[in-house]
Amino acid sequence: MSTSTLAAHNRSRWERSVVLFRMLLRDPYATVSVIFLLMLVACAVFGPFYLWEPATNMDLGKRNLPPFSLAHGFLYVLGADSLGRSMLARIVVGAQTSLAIASGAVLFSMIAGGLIGIFAGYVGGWTSTIIMRLTDVIISFPSLLLALIVLYIIGPNLFNVVAILGFGALPLYIRTARAETLEIRERMFVSAARTLGVGTFAIIVRHVLPLVAPTLTTVAAINFAGVILAESGLSFLGLGIQPPDFTWGAMVAAGRQYLQTAWWLSFFPGFFIMLTTLSLNLLANWLRMATDPHQRWRLSIARESER
Amino acid sequence: MLQFILRRALNSSIALVGLLVAVFVLTRMTGDPASLYLPAEATAEQRAAYADQMGYSDPIIVQFGRYVEGLLHFDFGTSMRQQRSAMEAVMEAVPTTILLSSLAFSITLVVAVAVGALAASRPGGIFDRMATTISLVGASAPDFWVAIVGVLVFAVALNLLPTSGMGGPQYWVMPVIVVALRPTGLLTQVVRGTMISVLSSPYVKTAKAKGLGHRAVLGHALRSSWLPVITVAGDMAVGMINGSIIAETVFGLHGMGKVLIDAIMQRDFAVVQSAVLIIAIGIFVLNILIDVLYGLVDPRIRYNK
Repeated sequence: MSTSTLAAHNRSRWERSVVLFRMLLRDPYATVSVIFLLMLVACAVFGPFYLWEPATNMDLGKRNLPPFSLAHGFLYVLGADSLGRSMLARIVVGAQTSLAIASGAVLFSMIAGGLIGIFAGYVGGWTSTIIMRLTDVIISFPSLLLALIVLYIIGPNLFNVVAILGFGALPLYIRTARAETLEIRERMFVSAARTLGVGTFAIIVRHVLPLVAPTLTTVAAINFAGVILAESGLSFLGLGIQPPDFTWGAMVAAGRQYLQTAWWLSFFPGFFIMLTTLSLNLLANWLRMATDPHQRWRLSIARESER
Repeated sequence: MLQFILRRALNSSIALVGLLVAVFVLTRMTGDPASLYLPAEATAEQRAAYADQMGYSDPIIVQFGRYVEGLLHFDFGTSMRQQRSAMEAVMEAVPTTILLSSLAFSITLVVAVAVGALAASRPGGIFDRMATTISLVGASAPDFWVAIVGVLVFAVALNLLPTSGMGGPQYWVMPVIVVALRPTGLLTQVVRGTMISVLSSPYVKTAKAKGLGHRAVLGHALRSSWLPVITVAGDMAVGMINGSIIAETVFGLHGMGKVLIDAIMQRDFAVVQSAVLIIAIGIFVLNILIDVLYGLVDPRIRYNK
């Protein structure tokens, strides 16, 4: 490829992302979601360095401090929990754990599920049948129940929680990757590679994987909100990650016993779970529309067509 | 059709057996029941005797054989904690869960189809945008948090509904809504999406061109959007068990989820297995029902693959 065509290719790619960005700005919901998520990620990554102290230091003088008062400084604007720890700081620290677990689980199931699915689709035959039957087993059993049983047995540490959450999402990726692979397998360049004697492993890595990966990424974006909800549900039932680490779900559970006297202990962490999943869903919705040529016009002419 | 259903049933029963084996092995790994059911000062010999007596010292394959043998003449084992038939303890909780999930499922289906179809009839309109936003919020809400906020608002602040427990209809309002909320949000989006694509298909345009009224057109389109709705609704019914566990925990209902969680915590193996068996059979029946529904809704499905 000559340098000039490469430059043209890059430019068109750049232009495409500019177009996409303009389309994003035109959708107020999606714009707000992106801003919220970016802020959240920034807080989750850098916040705990500064806020670890107020999030974990007990101060009985500030027990169940009510929210929306700046008397004790901005850190206590969302109140304090039953041990006098700043709710705002705890939400930021909890965000880091929640997001880290969810991203770990999504990454794990995307990679493992993708590889298993591609393998099943490419090899076919009875291996594929067995794999698909096993995914049926996973699907036909309530994921939360399975996670509860398994975590109770192997113990809820960080690795196990990530693994079991990822395990629950596996069927989604296996099915998607397999379906895609079934189609790609029949294409000319794959047959050509096979005829030239390229090994199965090399074909999968070099020819199938790059084509399946974008689809899996989209699935992951849609799946992320679901995994966050699943994780928080587990933590809420007490089988998520254990103290001293905590996630938003565990904070909601901890606040339950003070429901009558200090509603903000349960309310705010859950509210942030919802803001996060809502933003992710809004963004995924927009992404689906923006990448689907049949629906794209809705975004570009949405404003003019208002009745 | 019968042959198709039989084949599907065979396929699903493989899944069922796989699940039972997995749960059997997994529960045996939860730890030694002797340490939980004998006093702390029990000697090693007493523990061994207890394990022998209950059959826990045999190899796991022998234990499994015994379990399957029991299943064949409907012996599901004895609950160690409650000293009675494990199945009895589980069956007691079944009506609660069935009532909870079937109420929630009906609400989900009715609301989602009505709202989704109406929203799709005028895409981009006021109602559509409201429905889309609200259904997204519903699909994003963590169910346990909704349950707690519900308690805060309707029980603590307004004193309209009881906080938890079992009893008359007022005890069921919040649990049912909590279980139904997320599925309703998801299904509304599915119905809306399929309806929009069906409404722009040629046969609907023909019907409109021939002067068919708005409502009749909607009815036409609704029929053909049943298929994806049934697919999603089937997955959703399985997911309702997840919601029921949360709702039963928060609202103190004595359902399958509660029984199962308690049994896991107490290492009551027989109860765990019986509960899983019942849930799995329920899902098994549900899957077959869905397959039959497919055939009824879409005659193009020929049942030969």
